[in-house]
Amino acid sequence: MGEFSKPFDAIVVGAGPSGNAAAYTMAKEGLNVLQIERGEYAGSKNVQGAILYADALEKIIPEFRDEAPLERHVIEQRMWTMDDKSHTGMHYRSDDFNEEKPNRYTILRAQFDKWFSSKVKEAGALVLYETTVTELVKDLSGKVIGVRTDRQGAPIMANVVVLAEGVNGLVGQRSGLRNEVAPESVALAVKEMHFLPRETIEARFNLTGNEGVVIEAMGTITKGMTGTGFLYTNEESISVGIGCIVSDFAESDSSPNELLEAFKNHPSIKPLLEGSECKEYAAHLIPEGGYKAIPQLTGPGWIVVGDAGQFVNAVHREGSNLAMTTGRIAAETVVSLTRKREEMTAANLAEYEKRLGQTFVMKDLKKYKGIPDLLHKNKGNFFGTYPKLISQAMQTWFRVDGIDKVSKEKAIFRNFRETRTLWGMMGDAFRVVRAWR
Amino acid sequence: MSDVMTAPRAKVEEKLFQNRYLVDAGRPHIKVRPHTTPSASLLSMVTLCPAGCYSKSESGQVEVAADGCLECGTCRIVTRKTGEVEWNYPRGGFGVLYKFG
Repeated sequence: MGEFSKPFDAIVVGAGPSGNAAAYTMAKEGLNVLQIERGEYAGSKNVQGAILYADALEKIIPEFRDEAPLERHVIEQRMWTMDDKSHTGMHYRSDDFNEEKPNRYTILRAQFDKWFSSKVKEAGALVLYETTVTELVKDLSGKVIGVRTDRQGAPIMANVVVLAEGVNGLVGQRSGLRNEVAPESVALAVKEMHFLPRETIEARFNLTGNEGVVIEAMGTITKGMTGTGFLYTNEESISVGIGCIVSDFAESDSSPNELLEAFKNHPSIKPLLEGSECKEYAAHLIPEGGYKAIPQLTGPGWIVVGDAGQFVNAVHREGSNLAMTTGRIAAETVVSLTRKREEMTAANLAEYEKRLGQTFVMKDLKKYKGIPDLLHKNKGNFFGTYPKLISQAMQTWFRVDGIDKVSKEKAIFRNFRETRTLWGMMGDAFRVVRAWR
Repeated sequence: MSDVMTAPRAKVEEKLFQNRYLVDAGRPHIKVRPHTTPSASLLSMVTLCPAGCYSKSESGQVEVAADGCLECGTCRIVTRKTGEVEWNYPRGGFGVLYKFG
């Protein structure tokens, strides 16, 4: 690629939400940006549930609702704890979510990313698809000054490289910019796309027009492993999937596909998918290590955004908003340094981390920094014992069988005490509060 | 659980049939290094690979056929310490092409 004789202001590796946010923000501010994506089109390699959080995108493209391919706006959230035959649910549905500018949408990432990528090009960035970045080019001092790709030609040079290469980003890991991802810090999720007529989805989920429902589930569905299941309504399809921490998977004899089959055939899920046609099966890793797993984010000539930086709030199932926000803030940092004609040194780029510290991204990840360890060490209780106890308590309480309520209450408490012990429960409560606050 | 137990297991191969791929013929992006006895990590991939790309041969070695690979990277992470798997992304444009993602 000898045609790129003049260095770019910035090269962005990857065209997911973080890379697109970064490339768009820099190009719109007049920087000379090259973005490189290995897929045939942006989105062709990307997998997500997927929920789009309007706030993060609004800060980048305020009028996105007029043109982005959105599926349904979420008006109802169902949180389920499940055992093998039941679910106990906490549902929140509000007409307030039917607002002029809805807060959350379901999306199909392949279509959404393609749209976002078209905006990046409109903003003036040059986007190369079907090109895999193979390594970083450094000068003698170790400063990153460009990239090599799997296409023939000279390396492509830039003042700064924004690594938006995703959870399994090989470039940064192989260049030693950050540690290799640990099996304890990522979840493997598998997902299927099930198609149904939109009227069927609306009738089945009690929806009108473009209203949508999100179900997040935990319990015996993950067979004692740390993980969750989900089901999201799209316009004419349902995304259904399940994911668990990779190290848990590796120690178990569960296959992800069989786990997904069992989840789909659970008596609480099966009727929701009845008669649907599956048109895609996907798998992807999700960074779940939280605050403690965040790697070095900047160095001379480089900056990390999105999943590559482990920016996922596993507790709230948020990721794409953290990706877009980190991409935008990294870009703003680069823009301000470029305007001031300052070098992309480690010290100058560290401004990105300072700015991130003032946003929800770092504040939320910090708040939950103890959660991954807590779940890892207590997975048997949180993903097995408690879901079963909750289901048994509910059934004891709701089944009318001539037994008086005082005896039922005693039976419920006895069951909790004998299964988990009073000390065990107090310890769990203490640990949850400590990790949560 | 009767429902779950008796439900026919959808085979992974049938699911992969729904997906779009552009296979880079003759240039597999994942290779298992020659070995006599696989480590527990490598062996776990036979069950763990969501695309069922890994299998155990009659003589006990683990083999990979990456045509149906979903490019999740799980095998790379699980076998990182043993170094038994050589993992690269497919060349630009090749591999799985998600329609919905």
